[in-house]
Amino acid sequence: MPEVRVENVTKKFGKLVALDDVSLQVHDKEYFSLLGPSGCGKTTLLRVIAGLIRPDKGKIYIGDRLVNDVPPEDRDIGFVFQTFALFPHMNAWNNVTYGPKVKGYDMKRAETIGHEVLEMVRLNERLEAYPNELSGGMMQRIAVARALAAGAKLLLLDEPLGQLDAKVRNDLRYEIRRMTKDLCLTAIHVTHDQSEAMAISDRIAVMKKGRIKQVGTPSELYMAPSNVFVANFIGESNFLEGYVRKETSNETIIELRGGILIEVVNDKVKKGERIVLAVRPEAFTVHKGIEEKENSVTGNVERVTFEGTNIRYEIRLRNQDSIVVVKPSMTEEWLKAQEEVTVQFPTTKAHVFEHPATGLKEEISVE
Amino acid sequence: MRVTLWKRGRLAKKKVVELLDSASSRVILKYAVYLIAIILFLTLILLPPILGIALNWSTINVVLNNTSLMNRALSAITNSFLVALIVSAIDLAAGIPMAWVIARRKSRWLTVLDTLCDIPFIVPTAVLGYSLLLFWYGPQGISMFFRGSIVSPGWALVMLLHFTFSFPVVVRVVVGALQDYKREFENASRTLGAPPFTASRTVTFPIIKPSLIAAFILAFSRSISETGATLIVAGLFENGSVFIQNISDKYGKTSSTYIGASVFASSILIAVSVVLFILIQVLGPRLRFPVKQVWPKFERKISYKKAETSRNALTIAVFLAIILVPSLFVALPAIQATFTKTLGESLKGTGIWAQYWQSMILSYALAAIATVLNIIIGLPMAIAIARRKLGSLSPFFDILVNIPIVVPSIALGFSLSIFWTKTITSMPEILLLIFAHLAITYPYFVRSMSAAVERINLDMEEAARTLGAKPLGVFRTIIVPLTKYSMLSGAILMFTRSVSETGATLAVSTNLKTVPVILVTWIKALMANGSNAPTTMQIGLGSGYLILFSFMILLALRLIVKGKERY
Repeated sequence: MPEVRVENVTKKFGKLVALDDVSLQVHDKEYFSLLGPSGCGKTTLLRVIAGLIRPDKGKIYIGDRLVNDVPPEDRDIGFVFQTFALFPHMNAWNNVTYGPKVKGYDMKRAETIGHEVLEMVRLNERLEAYPNELSGGMMQRIAVARALAAGAKLLLLDEPLGQLDAKVRNDLRYEIRRMTKDLCLTAIHVTHDQSEAMAISDRIAVMKKGRIKQVGTPSELYMAPSNVFVANFIGESNFLEGYVRKETSNETIIELRGGILIEVVNDKVKKGERIVLAVRPEAFTVHKGIEEKENSVTGNVERVTFEGTNIRYEIRLRNQDSIVVVKPSMTEEWLKAQEEVTVQFPTTKAHVFEHPATGLKEEISVE
Repeated sequence: MRVTLWKRGRLAKKKVVELLDSASSRVILKYAVYLIAIILFLTLILLPPILGIALNWSTINVVLNNTSLMNRALSAITNSFLVALIVSAIDLAAGIPMAWVIARRKSRWLTVLDTLCDIPFIVPTAVLGYSLLLFWYGPQGISMFFRGSIVSPGWALVMLLHFTFSFPVVVRVVVGALQDYKREFENASRTLGAPPFTASRTVTFPIIKPSLIAAFILAFSRSISETGATLIVAGLFENGSVFIQNISDKYGKTSSTYIGASVFASSILIAVSVVLFILIQVLGPRLRFPVKQVWPKFERKISYKKAETSRNALTIAVFLAIILVPSLFVALPAIQATFTKTLGESLKGTGIWAQYWQSMILSYALAAIATVLNIIIGLPMAIAIARRKLGSLSPFFDILVNIPIVVPSIALGFSLSIFWTKTITSMPEILLLIFAHLAITYPYFVRSMSAAVERINLDMEEAARTLGAKPLGVFRTIIVPLTKYSMLSGAILMFTRSVSETGATLAVSTNLKTVPVILVTWIKALMANGSNAPTTMQIGLGSGYLILFSFMILLALRLIVKGKERY
């Protein structure tokens, strides 16, 4: 039932445009993430959906109901705050049963709900403890339990794992996803951590400077980013600047600096246009020595870094462009520093984008 | 030649600073500073009033042997506590909605309201009392609309007065608490289904409860200790401090009846207040707001637009009608006076005005001296309390510092003067005045400064130390710059309090009279209908000058501070 629709929402704080004509649709029972660098407007959007911030323009629908003028307490939502916001003057149990109580349920029903949700977050001990006596992970569980106890079908999570240790964070993120799925909830999760978003989301909206740059499943965002910002922010990409040399129905040839010609699959750019070529570090094929291969450039290995699972090479191409290549450390033969190599470009996995008007650096910056 | 002298001067100054800095890292010197601060606190602020009472303990028999006097004293003391309890409760009830309007202001216009709330604090208490008297009782006041006055001097007017002068303090404290409070708790409550009223009742106010208790205590002790203004509006009503002053008027300051009655009343007032405060401190945290009871339907009704707007309108209306207009009513005859020869006379300083202007100089000089001295002796104490430099004694001193606020000002002045005149044979009156003002203003400064120092993250001090700063260097380069404006506002608080102080000054002064003392004398003469009594216009003008000057000084200081509050 609760699908969430955001239509042309704009919110300004003084001169700062926090949300710039944002539209979005979250499906029923979907686990949806808002991902972006800090200051991109993701938390503002979540708060607008919750009713904690009033938008300047635009409409918010929860289910089929227009909720612009509905106060947060009547939106039927659960909200998990980054700082947990557990009431310091109530113990864990009273925090959890607060929602049912203020909604006017009778005591018995409130208690039943309390026990149910605590069961769900696997926390039935230390219910007498006050928030300042609990560990971060426990506070988080209580915060989630409290939001669930309010009986909402829409769960809004604002960086819910941001204040936890890495290990606890990893455990909890799968648990939160499992619970929302078990309870058939719609969840909107705000985070700046792309690996967290990739791991738990059905779909992700990537935001920058108050705008949504792309919405898609984790694999869509990774395999087919629709702009350089997403290509850079999700995973890692090498960016090479150039021109479209030739563009016909069956082939597109890109000319990089130094006259290097690369063939790519393309449906976006026209002949003569200035472009940016984005290639994932693991998408290259690297051959030792100088070899005559199609779609390739020679280069020189400048630095080798062992990272455990992977080994990372910084390679200076013949045209002085520098790229990063990542290869599995166990299954492939290692290259050595200063070694001459031939780097083969993948035709299908290299993405071509129009050169951004504001400059490449500005476009991919996460500031 | 001049350049080299100047250079040498700078070099010398630099050397002195370096020397002091390196000396400050010697543990002995550090403790010497704190020790001196403690000794000064004990000898100048805390002990004189207490010892003054102790030294005259035997005079209490005068009261104990006189049943009618004792009954009169006891009923006066009961009145003190009744008035204080009722008024503080009403102040909280009226101050909380006002603080809410200011803290959650949605329009810029409400900033004006914020400033207006301070006015009863700026008006010297004695003047405030007179202003209220004129408004509620005087022929040109509200009685113009009601054929005869509706509130005559007595308990009702005393209540109105105490309500008025405690209101700004309550609002200030609660606004501060609401602004420091993390809104996230309230947001959480709202998302869990609580309407705004329920959210503030079950979450916001329980969390800021310590500040509410503090506001209550301040209002309460101010009501117990205030003397000057209460005298003016009391009529036949007597509370503790009015009783002491009435006995003094009747029997004279040297009479054994006066001393005995003062010792009797003061010691009971102090003892009961201290017990009450300890009770409040102990029971306060246990006092729970009814969280469990929820009345969803009713509270929803009073949460939204219409109810909210009418609540705010009522709050502001009450403030304007009962607090602001009566407080400034005294300015009316002053405006009249500017069209008559009274203005000229007052400016020429003829007749009763000669003494008035002398008093004016005395008032401001006294305030300046007390302020400067208290900054010097209060600062190390504030740091010592905030940084727990006195080990396990720190919380103890934290409480002791408050005592001068609790003691009725007239009792404080009285016992202080007894102590000093008994220990030093020819104690100059000006020193007595200074000591009295030091004692009364000291807590205000130390309180606000220690809170400001506590807000500075300890990390910053430690960072400065690891970068090589000596303790005094840390003080100079970190604490002073970061608390500059709190220090200034603490100084403002002391200064205005000193200028408006009446009760203790009345008790101490015999020949030297500050403006509030003069005004009290004038008003009393007028009310007694004496032949040489000053006119309403003269009193209005006399009060007007004091308000005007205080307001200008405050305004100037505000302008200096304005826009610089960066931290």
